[in-house]
Amino acid sequence: MTPVKISIAASAASLLLLLVVFELIRGRRLKERYALLWILTGVVLLVLSAWRGGLNTIAGWLGVSTYPPAILFAVATLFVIVVLLYYSTVLSQLADQNTLLAQRLALLEERAAQKSPGEKSGAVKEPAVPDGE
Amino acid sequence: MKGSGRTVAIVPAHNEAGAIAGVVDAIRAFDPSFDVVVVDDGSTDGTASVAASRGAAVVALPYNLGIGGAVQTGFKYALGHGYDLAVRLDGDGQHDPAELPKLLGPIERGEADIVTGSRFAIAGGYRPPLARRIGITWFARLVSLLTRQKVTDTTSGFQALNRRGIALFAGDYPNDYPEVEATVLVFKHRLRLVEVPVEMREREHGESSITFLRSVYYMLKVTLALFVAMARKYAIPEEEDAGR
Repeated sequence: MTPVKISIAASAASLLLLLVVFELIRGRRLKERYALLWILTGVVLLVLSAWRGGLNTIAGWLGVSTYPPAILFAVATLFVIVVLLYYSTVLSQLADQNTLLAQRLALLEERAAQKSPGEKSGAVKEPAVPDGE
Repeated sequence: MKGSGRTVAIVPAHNEAGAIAGVVDAIRAFDPSFDVVVVDDGSTDGTASVAASRGAAVVALPYNLGIGGAVQTGFKYALGHGYDLAVRLDGDGQHDPAELPKLLGPIERGEADIVTGSRFAIAGGYRPPLARRIGITWFARLVSLLTRQKVTDTTSGFQALNRRGIALFAGDYPNDYPEVEATVLVFKHRLRLVEVPVEMREREHGESSITFLRSVYYMLKVTLALFVAMARKYAIPEEEDAGR
């Protein structure tokens, strides 16, 4: 059976995760789109932590009779892997979009320089970060 | 093309090469003094060049931002060019410019900052398929409850806005199904939103390509966004907000 202390501690940790995620969204430091997986993680972990019978049953199905909380650990790990994988795809998409933006900006600058020859040296050659003293 | 005291029609479009010419022409036919800006949301079918050939200003996004990002680009354009009034019509032709006087009326009379055309404000109007109807009803009820104002069509993109409305949305606009969350945004910023009944045409091109799983995802996401938006603190804009 799952020790009561572990159930309490794991429930508290899951609640804390949910609270932190909500606050991050509210402060606009996390977009809803990227928060849904974390919320799902928090809710699943909270259910498994608080619903002791359920955790024991699932542990029974998987043949983990000696220490059911191991299931909590396994589920948490699984979710972390999924979140990481998802973020990798998001990161890849961002990298592609970043390339596209840089190209568009460079092409626009070239066109702007063509239109106003007086500023061409400044518009094109200007370094991204001004040189210090 | 630039002017003050003038109106701009914002038309977001994603792969609407077949419909966009008709939309631009219909707006022009309704009122030749309207400037039309088509925000091309990363189309691959030549939507931008078709729109430009009809005399619309075209803002072509380098890649697909999604409807919210595209529409907000239009509001930024309107704010930056100093328009006092903006109307928004979708690029697929479902919004009929002939209905625009209904939207513009409350703004011209100073009764509203933002007016939304609703398909459901009158009974017996538009009947969408069941799955869509469930989502639409859910959001209409939830938004009405949160904003303590009866809202019947939270996903309508048929809108007219005065300068305060333009400034608000230019500075802050949500992304997927943006109109739902935007309603709460308007409420939290204490702008006046009015719904008027309008008729909409069936979409001329393409299907609403939303699968069941995606709609569940959007429902969850937008519902979460609604509650978060309610929990946020917002600045109440003064008479003239410079925006961003």
